[in-house]
Parts: sequence; structure tokens; C-alpha cells
Amino acid sequence: MALTTQRVDVPVIVDESKCLEKCNACIEVCPLDVLVKNPETGKAYMKYDECWFCLPCEKECPTNAITVQIPFLLR
Amino acid sequence: MTNTQQLKTDVLVVGGGTAGTMAAIKAKQANPEAEVLILEKANIRRSGAIAMGMDGVNTAVIPGNSTPEQYVREITIANDGILNQKAVYQTGKLGYEVIQELDSWGVKFQKDTYGNYDLKQVHRVGKYVLPMPEGKDLKKILTRQVKRHKAKVTNRVMATRVMVKDGRAIGAVGFDVRNGDFVVIQAKAVILCTGACGRLGLPESGYLYGTYENPTNAGDGYSMAYHAGAELTNIECFQINPLIKDYNGPACAYVASPFGAYTANAEGHRFVSCDYWSGQMMLEIWKELNSGKGPIQLKMTHLDEDTISEIESILWSNERPSRERFHESRGENYRTHGVEMHISEIGLCSGHSASGVWVNEKGETTVPGLYAAGDMASVPHNYMIGAFVFGRLAGTNAIEYVRDVEHLEPDIDWLAAEKARIYKPMQNPDGIPHTQVEYKLRRIVNDYLQPPKNTYKMDIALNKFINYHDTLDLMGAKDPHELMRCMEVHFIRDCAEMAARASLYRKESRWGLYHYRIDYPEKNNQEWFCHVNLKKEDNNMTLFKRPVEPYIVDVNLEKEVYDVKVTSK
Repeated sequence: MALTTQRVDVPVIVDESKCLEKCNACIEVCPLDVLVKNPETGKAYMKYDECWFCLPCEKECPTNAITVQIPFLLR
Repeated sequence: MTNTQQLKTDVLVVGGGTAGTMAAIKAKQANPEAEVLILEKANIRRSGAIAMGMDGVNTAVIPGNSTPEQYVREITIANDGILNQKAVYQTGKLGYEVIQELDSWGVKFQKDTYGNYDLKQVHRVGKYVLPMPEGKDLKKILTRQVKRHKAKVTNRVMATRVMVKDGRAIGAVGFDVRNGDFVVIQAKAVILCTGACGRLGLPESGYLYGTYENPTNAGDGYSMAYHAGAELTNIECFQINPLIKDYNGPACAYVASPFGAYTANAEGHRFVSCDYWSGQMMLEIWKELNSGKGPIQLKMTHLDEDTISEIESILWSNERPSRERFHESRGENYRTHGVEMHISEIGLCSGHSASGVWVNEKGETTVPGLYAAGDMASVPHNYMIGAFVFGRLAGTNAIEYVRDVEHLEPDIDWLAAEKARIYKPMQNPDGIPHTQVEYKLRRIVNDYLQPPKNTYKMDIALNKFINYHDTLDLMGAKDPHELMRCMEVHFIRDCAEMAARASLYRKESRWGLYHYRIDYPEKNNQEWFCHVNLKKEDNNMTLFKRPVEPYIVDVNLEKEVYDVKVTSK
């Protein structure tokens, strides 16, 4: 199969200056398991564009590093 | 090389949402010595339909306000007579105890100045809605109780099949969605609590996960129960809801209508007399949208500032709190704008309509040792309290059942075949991405299965769903996360085939828009006052009529017809 990678605007935005390397709070609570740590920086990011804009990640972040936008197609 | 994890428990609960957490808690209360394990593909702290809490109870039968008999009567009429009244009666009878127990755990329900539960009327007849303006932490409270009762929890493992031997459920298999381990769990009883099939139809936004239901709920339990040989029922009675257009979440009329909000057409006129969600109401909405008097709206602009602020404070903190930023980004405000409403994608969910795995009043499916509860278990209009009640029933009855049975060893060949089925997309990492395979499947659902239904379209749909097995074989996954989504597409395909076959089988119209057939537009009680059930027999999907159980509460359905149409506008 021939594949290509498309750019998409993702709803979950992480402020890397506030994200704590040792914290996994957002990753643990995401129902769709779309957040992961960047192994190089230790910061969380949205790896899979599968968001229900339900907000546990934002609410449970201890440093308010996360902002969830309504996905572009619905906005 | 894939690792295999082998686990053993007395009772296995698949899905740790509303019903699943309660099932585990009740099983442990009934026998603290028994081993109870919750298997959850997300994390029970924030999973299932109430991941972000709930703003109210929709089916609260509280002494002094209503009786279980009145409740059964109202649901019998709303569901056009097709129900097992004994099961619905349980929700009416046990709901009050559930509310009191939740209250004792710290869940806050609205009370009046005398400390009594402050019920509101949203249904056509009777007060059953109990607001929970501070219901946002429901899941955290349930999680705490699961731990306190010492039920075990395995998060981030998704079940794919129930194991069956000698005609009874003996456990489940699945895989860890992070490390990819193959997981085999032997159990003496299995309780399926995996929620709705919320990813059946495609939302009009085109965003796969912009569904009404939590998109993790992909019909897992419908598919697993089917393959275990259990009967499913009322699958043709789709879930279709009136939702905020594009946002695709509830507005929510159950919160706002007791304050004086109502559904209106573009001219500002009422066209339904009752905002309780029903197929009959949805048919009126569909007609209004097609009459040139749309778009329709939830109207609140006539309410005073204090009332609107109160509604907002509830809606912005519970269930779907991102409603606030959705409206904000569009410059909309309840003081100046009606909330534009639209018809949701179709789904399967007995919490709102009636489609699910057949259960009796004990939460038992037709397979010994297999129980179901919550949105996937067919108890019509059961909502959150019904999920708690049937979680409780399934948990306590499963504990009773496991006293007399032993673990059985799963069949080695069956396990090997299931393992091969699961991991196939990983052998083909450059196969077609699950997103494309899912999008196409759900677009077919929209094009051919969305009401109004007709035979020609549904025949095409059925044919496409059957052939879609070949398309599923083309899927590729690069990691266990993608594999989870791939296996969910398998669940969705199974549900789509069930939805097409059941809709074709019932040759009449019933439940308003939920089963509105252009070629059989009338209700036909003579031939179709029955359930349409289906099950797997010799690898074929077999459909048959199942008689409605004798009523325990008398209802004259000739006289009592659910009608919410407003005739004079």
C-alpha cells in the first residue's frame, strides 16, 4: 500500500514551558489514549487525532499546561 | 513476539463505566472473599458515558413523587409497548436505593429547602428528573468506591471476545492497548458493561470521534455478546438524539426545560409538546426540518438573567463542559441566541432507546454465566440510573452464580485463532489506515441505513457490510494503539450488519424516527407486536420474533399512544 502523512490541526495544545517531565496525569485519564510523552523532551503531546473534547486532560493537569480546543471540523 | 498475560478471577467485569463500576462494587459487597476484576480499555477514573460526570438523573422514581408502576406505564407507552416490563420495573423499584447509596458516597443531588430530592418534570407525565448541578466528579467517586471495596482494576486492556465453553461464558480475551500484550482472563462469570455503539453513524461534521456517545464505546459488547451466542433485541430501534448542531452534544433540554426553555422552529413556535427524548419526538423534529420551518432551536432567550446564568453554570461544568467554548468561539450566547439543534448520527443504545443485548430482570443474557448491564443491555430508556440498577443486579446475581461453578480451561485452538485475528493488522503495518476504513464504513451507514429506511437502500447496505470483511482484512496497524482502533472497526461492522438485518426484518414502522420505514409507514400490532431478536447460529446471523413478556402493569395501548406533536401553531 502506498501511504502519505497528512498534516492535521489537533485540538489538544500543551504549553511545554508548564508541562512537567515526571507527570503523567493527562496521559492516564484520556479516555481515547491519544496523549503521549515526547521521549526526547519529556513533554506531553497529542499523538493521535481522536479527541472527544471531553476535558479530563485539561482539568487534571496540575500546572494548567493543557488547552483543549473544539476540533477544527466542528468549531 | 507477543507476550501473553494470563489472569484468573471469579467475576470479570468488562468495562468500568457507570454499570461496570457498580457491578464490581455490588459483587464485592455480596461476597468480599470473591475475586472481582474490572477490565477497562481506558482508565476507570474518566471512562464511559459519564467520564465528565452527569448533570442529572433522568429516571428517578422517588417515593412521594412517583411509583415504579407509574414509571413502567410511562416507559411502556414511550416504547410503543415493546419491552420486558419486569426489567423496566427493576429500574423503578431499585433506583431510589441506588440514589441513596450514591448520596452516602458523596454524590450531590439537588434537594429543596426541606432536604427532599428536588424532582422536575421533563417526561410527558410524571416527575422523574433529579438535577445534579454538582455531578461532575461522579466517576472519581465511583473509582474511590471500587478501590474501597477491593475490586481489582486492569486499565488499558481492551477485550475482543468472550470465551465460551460447554455453552457458558468462561472468561474473555483481549490485548493491552499500550504494550500490545495478548491477555487471557479466565472467569466463572462475565459481566459485559461496554456501553453503546456510538460510532455507528458518522456525524455530519465528518469527524470520526465527534459523536454523541463517548467514542470509546464502539459497540464492543454488542459484538462480543453476539459472537458468544447471546440474543440481541430491538436492534432496529436506533438511537437518534436532538443535539447542538456541529458540537453534537446535548443542549441540554433536560436541564433547561424545567427552567422554561423549549424546542422551537425557526419562527420561534413550539412543534413538540414534550422535550423528553423519544423516537416520536425525533420524527416530529425530522418532519419540521424537512418542512421548511427549520432550523430548529432550543429557545432560552425569553428567560431572565439569573435563570440563564444558573443553566450555564450547570452546562459548563457537567457531562460535556466544552459546550461553553464551542458557543464562545462562535460568538453565541443563550441570552441572545437560540441553540441551533440538529439530528444526531444513528447509534445503538438502550440507555436512550431500546437496542441491546437481551437481558431479563436479573441482568442475565441468554448465555449462562454471561451478564450485561448499562447502555448495551436492552432495558428501554434506562439512562444512568438504569445502568446503576442493572450493574447492581448483574453483580449480585453473578456472585450467586459463581458459587456453584468452576473455572474451565479455554480451547487452545480457539485462542490461537483469536490471537491471529487480533494481531493481523500488525503483520501489515503499511495496510490501509483504520481511519479510512472506519470512515468509509460509517459513511455507508449514513447513506443507506439512516431513517427514513427503505428496503432497496438497506439491501445495498447489508450487501456492503457483508463484503466489508474483505476490507477489514486490508487494515494495517503500526502500534497497539492503532490496533485498538482497528479492532473497534470490527465491532462497528458487526453492529452495522445487525442494524441492517433487524431493520429489514421488522416490516412496519415503530418508535417514531428510530424505525421509520417509507415502504411500511404504519405501525402493525397484528404482526409486529413482538421483539425482533437475533443471534449467531452455525456462523449465521439468525433473526426471529420473540413474544413480549406478559405485562405486570396494565396499559391499554389502543388508547394510550405516545404523541408529542403540537398541531396548532
